[in-house]
Amino acid sequence: MYNFELVKPSTLAEAVAALAGEDAQPLSGGQTLIPSMKARLNAPETLVSLTGIAELKGVSRSGDTLTIGAATTHADVAEQAAADFPGLAALAGQIGDPAVRNRGTIGGSLANNDPSACYPAAALGTGATIVTNTREIAADDYFQGMFTTALEEGEIITAVRFSIPQASAYAKFLQPASRFALTGVFVAQYASGVRVAVTGASENGVFRWAEAEAALSSDFTPDAIAGLSCPADEMIADLHGSAAYRAHLVGVMTRRAVIAAG
Amino acid sequence: MPKDDGIGASTKRREDVRFLTGNGKYTDDINLRGQAHVHFLRSDVAHGRIRGIDTSAAEAMDGVLKVFTSADFESAGGLPCGWQVTDRFGQVMQEPKHPILAEGKVRHVGDPICAVVAETYEQARDAAEAIEVDIEELEPVIDMKSALADGAPKVHDDLTSNLCYDWGFVEDNKDAVNAAFETAAHVVSLELTNNRLVANPMEPRVAVGDYDPWGDSHTLYTTSQNPHVIRLLMGAFVLNIPEHKLRVVAPDVGGGFGSKIFHYAEEAFCTYAAKVLKRPVKWTSSRSEAFISDAHGRDHRTKIELALDADHNFTALRTETYANMGAYLSTFAPSIPTWLHGTLMAGNYRTPLIYVNVKAVFTNTVPVDAYRGAGRPEATFQIERLVDKAARELGVDPVELRRQNFITADQFPYQTPVAVVYDTGNYHATMDKMLELADYAGFEERRAESAKRGKLRGFGIAHYIEACGIAPSNLVGQLGARAGLYESASVRVNATGSISVYTGSHSHGQGHETTFAQVVADMIGVDASSIEIHHGDTSNTPMGMGTYGSRSLAVGGSAIVKATNKIIDKAKKIAAHLLEAAPEDIELKDGKFSVAGTDKSVDWSGVTLAAYVPHNYPLEELEPGLEETAFYDPSNFTYPSGAYGCEIELDPETGKIDILRFIAADDFGNIVNPMIVEGQVHGGLVQGIGQALMENCVYDDQGQLLSGSFMDYTMPRADDVRGFTVDHSCITPCTHNPLGVKGCGEAGAIGSPPAVVNAAIDALHRAGHTHVTHIDMPLTPARVWAAING
Repeated sequence: MYNFELVKPSTLAEAVAALAGEDAQPLSGGQTLIPSMKARLNAPETLVSLTGIAELKGVSRSGDTLTIGAATTHADVAEQAAADFPGLAALAGQIGDPAVRNRGTIGGSLANNDPSACYPAAALGTGATIVTNTREIAADDYFQGMFTTALEEGEIITAVRFSIPQASAYAKFLQPASRFALTGVFVAQYASGVRVAVTGASENGVFRWAEAEAALSSDFTPDAIAGLSCPADEMIADLHGSAAYRAHLVGVMTRRAVIAAG
Repeated sequence: MPKDDGIGASTKRREDVRFLTGNGKYTDDINLRGQAHVHFLRSDVAHGRIRGIDTSAAEAMDGVLKVFTSADFESAGGLPCGWQVTDRFGQVMQEPKHPILAEGKVRHVGDPICAVVAETYEQARDAAEAIEVDIEELEPVIDMKSALADGAPKVHDDLTSNLCYDWGFVEDNKDAVNAAFETAAHVVSLELTNNRLVANPMEPRVAVGDYDPWGDSHTLYTTSQNPHVIRLLMGAFVLNIPEHKLRVVAPDVGGGFGSKIFHYAEEAFCTYAAKVLKRPVKWTSSRSEAFISDAHGRDHRTKIELALDADHNFTALRTETYANMGAYLSTFAPSIPTWLHGTLMAGNYRTPLIYVNVKAVFTNTVPVDAYRGAGRPEATFQIERLVDKAARELGVDPVELRRQNFITADQFPYQTPVAVVYDTGNYHATMDKMLELADYAGFEERRAESAKRGKLRGFGIAHYIEACGIAPSNLVGQLGARAGLYESASVRVNATGSISVYTGSHSHGQGHETTFAQVVADMIGVDASSIEIHHGDTSNTPMGMGTYGSRSLAVGGSAIVKATNKIIDKAKKIAAHLLEAAPEDIELKDGKFSVAGTDKSVDWSGVTLAAYVPHNYPLEELEPGLEETAFYDPSNFTYPSGAYGCEIELDPETGKIDILRFIAADDFGNIVNPMIVEGQVHGGLVQGIGQALMENCVYDDQGQLLSGSFMDYTMPRADDVRGFTVDHSCITPCTHNPLGVKGCGEAGAIGSPPAVVNAAIDALHRAGHTHVTHIDMPLTPARVWAAING
């Protein structure tokens, strides 16, 4: 790791100001950034820690909306969202291991947009709103391919607003080594229809499986998608599985998520 | 004699107190005054010619003491290979030089090119980035068969090809074996891969070199399983330092699994650089470095064939194996696919004719050498997969086919057709025990229950033989070993009766400090707490060969027994003098010497005190003091064996395998500490299951390591296994060592991979997926799914 300056502001405004400095990067839980710095693959001059900003933390419910501060850890989401949004809490409780869950944050995960991360599936699968210091971004507009998002330079996610579904679940098949999602599927049922988002599988990052959404919107049962198969085009192929295997897992995990949401 | 710390007691491991409280003293805990740090600049290409190296910018950087290249090692030798294999035409193997730093060419990703020594590790690493290395990339050879093709690029320009050797065993049997296949009623064949593994001990390798200019003497602290071997190899062959000027210390070592047997470039570098710079020099491997610089394990491609007669008796076996050596010959690499593999190809069976052919191949990959089991897992995997396949093809029960062909209990000692003589064993007994513990009879009911949940249940069987305590020295010398394979022990009894034992074996997780103390406590009848076991320092221990090949108790323990017997003999003479009796009338029991048939006695400390305060002592006949050294050279290998059963559930939708039950019924001969034995078996099973289901070291066709971190190299975790049923009640004691012990360290890793794979194939066949006859390890979900749907 190269030397860097660490600043730890206590307000959002101070963080935004600090990030305007040359070669500054925001640091949330650091579960991706710190290992990449240790491997000397990333060398910011300044890290601006977001974990000392009280307004970025916590889980709160208002009506059918659950708002989660960007710097809320996975462990806190798993615990604090359990009653209001069990599908999301269960997802958070399966990320990494206890050490990761006690450091990693929802904002950090969404800002990084790793193609195998879990949270993007929940955000896209619920049509969440990504709230930043400057604007609100619909999940459908936010995810723009692996490690690519709608965030501008210096823009900080402050919160994520979820519309609480009638039923939801996340089914994740583990990449054996990293235990990221080899394929993970989040399904959420709303009065307006069902959303299905897939992570881990596509070279384009998290995506919605439209055919499954249509089928499940008219019949929210595993049988409704029994005949569907997700195309293998543009699926990731690596030493942990072929494109065809991942495409197959999309169907399996979607069915399992529907059963779990049942 | 306190019952709780003698032979047979599950005494708690005394070393665990310091390990579990974070008070172990590992090599990285050693920090010497004035210590500098080295960082190795390693090749990021698999094969290339070094056109030039410019270190000037790096040498000008803050804190940099010196940048070393191969030019600094012109007077040094290459890293030696400790075993010379002679091929089937009588030619010795091709043996390339293995320089400390790359000379002229880089030959694998991770090959060290330069070494930067600086005040701090970060400075050394910063400076390494400023070195300019001009490398002309060359086409690499990664696949073994391609490496042997005509016109393939050569890893070593000065060798005739990439073939290290073409070994045949037993060459004189070849024609008879082929003839047996001509007349066989059935022939079963299988092509398989034994996947390349990375040992990944929890503690990465570390070396600290120190030099004392006033005594012109060197000390190397290193993460080694055999410090004396390192002293000999590095001192005599690499750096030309005589043994009396070189001390090698291997303190607490956090796991080795074979990977810390070998002499590595970094050890020689730190030792040498400390003298050049007149400062201690330290290197601590990162995990990423470990993946590309620790010797890897396994990596065989094999075709194996079995001939059977009409009654299903095995009549002949032949194999052709390609064994990857990597870019250089690691210390014992040539012996693994030959003498540690070919000699085990009889397995537990009476197969009368066997021929093994092994082609060892150089490729542009990290060197491959011994990893837990070393050659014997490869042999067992081939045999036990093939016997299972034979049973399936012949439509007979895999248990019965094995039983029918097992060597029977009355046939020991048993001369196999592949040189070795098994002294004892009872394979029918271990098989029966395993099936009983597995509730094999109740399997069908459990399978039906799984099927209701959409899961495929299977039961896999394997029976293994292994050879531990490689010996005797004069035989292994004939086979090409450039070392002896005895073990040493010194037993120093102190004046007040406490005992310091110095063993040439080395503990890096095996629990020697506990087990060896139990042996001595039991023999003398004193409390184990009065006995201390020392190991790992060449300055206070007689030349020993270290720990690998499950040899510590069978060989090192026997040396301790031998030295302790010398102590007891002398102590009896002292006691006889004190008791005014003849030495042959003295009996030692529970730490007390008494004259047979009388109530006259003297206790242990009375004798030890007399030895060191010899006022009333037969000085004319006996030297004072009570300290004895012994070297033990076994007359044969030991032959642990066992039956393993694995019950799995396979998810046909995802291909994922869950291990539900695993039963190990081992015959380890006599047992000193059952708890430690069980722990060793557990660890071995997890590593074997890891190989079978998860672990895989994968290179792309350009020689880049795709599985170069724990993000892609799957280590087994605690939640991947559900506990084991481990039994060691079937005991046929070893006939040729004083404890009757066989060794237990590697068994789990040897017997478990075929049991797991056989279970998977069983599950698939019972569910009608009969087109799947084999799946190469690791049986990842993706591979199993592809096999089902392929």
